[in-house]
Amino acid sequence: MRRLVLGHSTETTLIAGMVLLCVGLSFGTDRFLTVANAFDVLNISAVNIIFAVGLLVVLISGGIDISFAVAASVAQYLTVLALGALGGGNWAEGFLIAGVVGTGLGLINAFLIYRLQIISIVATISTFNIFFGLLMFFTKGVSIYNLPDWLSNRVVFYEQEMADGSWVELTLPVVVMILCCVATSFMISRTTTGRKLYAFGDNPEGARRFGINIGAMHYISFGWLGLMAGIAGLMQAHYAQEVVPNALYGRELDVLAATVLGGARLGGGKGSVLGCVLGVLLVSITQNGLNLMGVSPFAFKMIVGAIILAAITLSSARLDKLLPEALKSSSRKGSQRS
Amino acid sequence: MKTFVQKFNATFGADMGGPVIAFVAVMLIFGLAADNFLSLATFGSVAFQLPELGLLTLAMLLPLLTGGINLSITFTANLAGLAAAWVLQAHGGADASVSVFLLACLAALATGAAAGALTGVAIAYTRAHPILVTLSMMIFLRGLGEFLTRGGDVSGFPAYVAPLGHGSLFGLPVPLLIFIVCVAVWHVLLRRSKLGFGLLMIGSNMEAANYSGLNTRKIVVLVYTLSGIMCAVAGIIMLARFNSVRVGHGESYLLITVLAAFLGGVNPFGGFGRVLPVFVALVVLQLLSSGLNLMGANQHLATALWGVLMIVVMAARTLASNYRFFKRKKA
Repeated sequence: MRRLVLGHSTETTLIAGMVLLCVGLSFGTDRFLTVANAFDVLNISAVNIIFAVGLLVVLISGGIDISFAVAASVAQYLTVLALGALGGGNWAEGFLIAGVVGTGLGLINAFLIYRLQIISIVATISTFNIFFGLLMFFTKGVSIYNLPDWLSNRVVFYEQEMADGSWVELTLPVVVMILCCVATSFMISRTTTGRKLYAFGDNPEGARRFGINIGAMHYISFGWLGLMAGIAGLMQAHYAQEVVPNALYGRELDVLAATVLGGARLGGGKGSVLGCVLGVLLVSITQNGLNLMGVSPFAFKMIVGAIILAAITLSSARLDKLLPEALKSSSRKGSQRS
Repeated sequence: MKTFVQKFNATFGADMGGPVIAFVAVMLIFGLAADNFLSLATFGSVAFQLPELGLLTLAMLLPLLTGGINLSITFTANLAGLAAAWVLQAHGGADASVSVFLLACLAALATGAAAGALTGVAIAYTRAHPILVTLSMMIFLRGLGEFLTRGGDVSGFPAYVAPLGHGSLFGLPVPLLIFIVCVAVWHVLLRRSKLGFGLLMIGSNMEAANYSGLNTRKIVVLVYTLSGIMCAVAGIIMLARFNSVRVGHGESYLLITVLAAFLGGVNPFGGFGRVLPVFVALVVLQLLSSGLNLMGANQHLATALWGVLMIVVMAARTLASNYRFFKRKKA
């Protein structure tokens, strides 16, 4: 119960922060507070949110993954190559191949972590290097620009012209993102597996003595992240209309920062889909607002970085004071797990 | 066999085993596969390439030993390099005098120390997870650097700076000498100083260290400050080697430094680890990439093999401890 309240306090703070930010930005620029802009922000952040909900599952189960963005690159590259070999393909085949490849790569991580007992950050840094090195070696860094038409054409589910002439568009990445969020949310909070993941992340040894299958937890969490990474990779290829092997390189740390901003805890047992979505959106809204206010794009990352730094340090400092003594020690234990 | 292992462990320490075995394996495999591997040219190229990665690994090492991590090292190094570059530019660019260069180095070290101290204070006083603080610090520093340089590079340095990156002294490359001095300093710091003892204790158990009367906050701040200073040294070497400073130079080293440290037997949870095995591990990684280059493969394959090597070493460690566990059970 206490965790529930604390968990929701993160989300309430985030929403409050976001409302403040939005109010400030809507006074600062006249184009910010429009429906069209809201949909723009959603379209831009769709891929990152798909990554983030996948990463959330791994964080909840007490692990960490550095390799997922590169795994997504591998998945999108292999998918496009496979589709070419199949002679075109369609959306169903695309999702299937990307999902299978992504899940497979995630399962490799789970195998290393569970079977060979390598700590998750060490294992995934290694697989990060292996995936990226092999991808760049075999592709020689060559990008693919001639995607099948169905993949590169924009899919718009709903569009409407607003009074001021701007377009509201609900595109495929957003729909897929919503599906991924709903599926993840259902998995972690409405199924036994999800509750087991929380229990396992909070206290692995306790969970093991409870009779929870530790191996299955590893394979499920990393497999899920792999699946999400595969889907996100496909969506990114669709959104960018090209496949560039190193396009997603470095994305993992941005997504990790946003996910943790949304209340997931390194060390496991805490986090929600809502918080995670809010974390990514907060970063996107900041960038979007800065853009509309005419701030130099070179300053974006600096400001976003400063905001994340402030948010993370402030929230940890505040929580540390608020937490009762019993929880304090457990949060420290969690913070020593890397 | 058994006595040999015991003797080896007694002389070099048990954590030296992994890196040394990897070293021998790499030397054997490449020595047999590529006939021009065992030559002075190979070792020359290793000696020149080692310092950048090596200095950054040293910067990563101290936070890792406290059970933390410093993800902002590469961009701290870039920013420190930028500070040095600006001091040089402001005082005559290519015609700057030696004293200006010394001032530039001081500026770089001060920048690195400031960035590190800020990280350290944030970690020590808020108890936020080091991964998060340094990760957001990294995003911030990268943004700051890109903002200040507009994504371009700063170049045009006096001619006497170049030997710092390319020159040789007594037949040894200057950057390698600087690196070895830094390794020695870190070794003494960890083995002989109060700070070294304190940071290892923090890595073992922060709470216990605190209750034993160690000023854990001060130590954490110092550790990250020293890490920042080491980044600055790496930044100066990179400035001299590339003869330019650009934000993003050496970015790909970030995760490799973690890998090198773990390969060198540093405990991923902190508290245990020494400098010398890490040094050997660095040599192994660099030999691997040089050897592959000789055989005509590119750097990306070397990156992949670094990852494989890491997994093999970690897996072997697990298997070895399981084996020992089984034997003890039987007895």
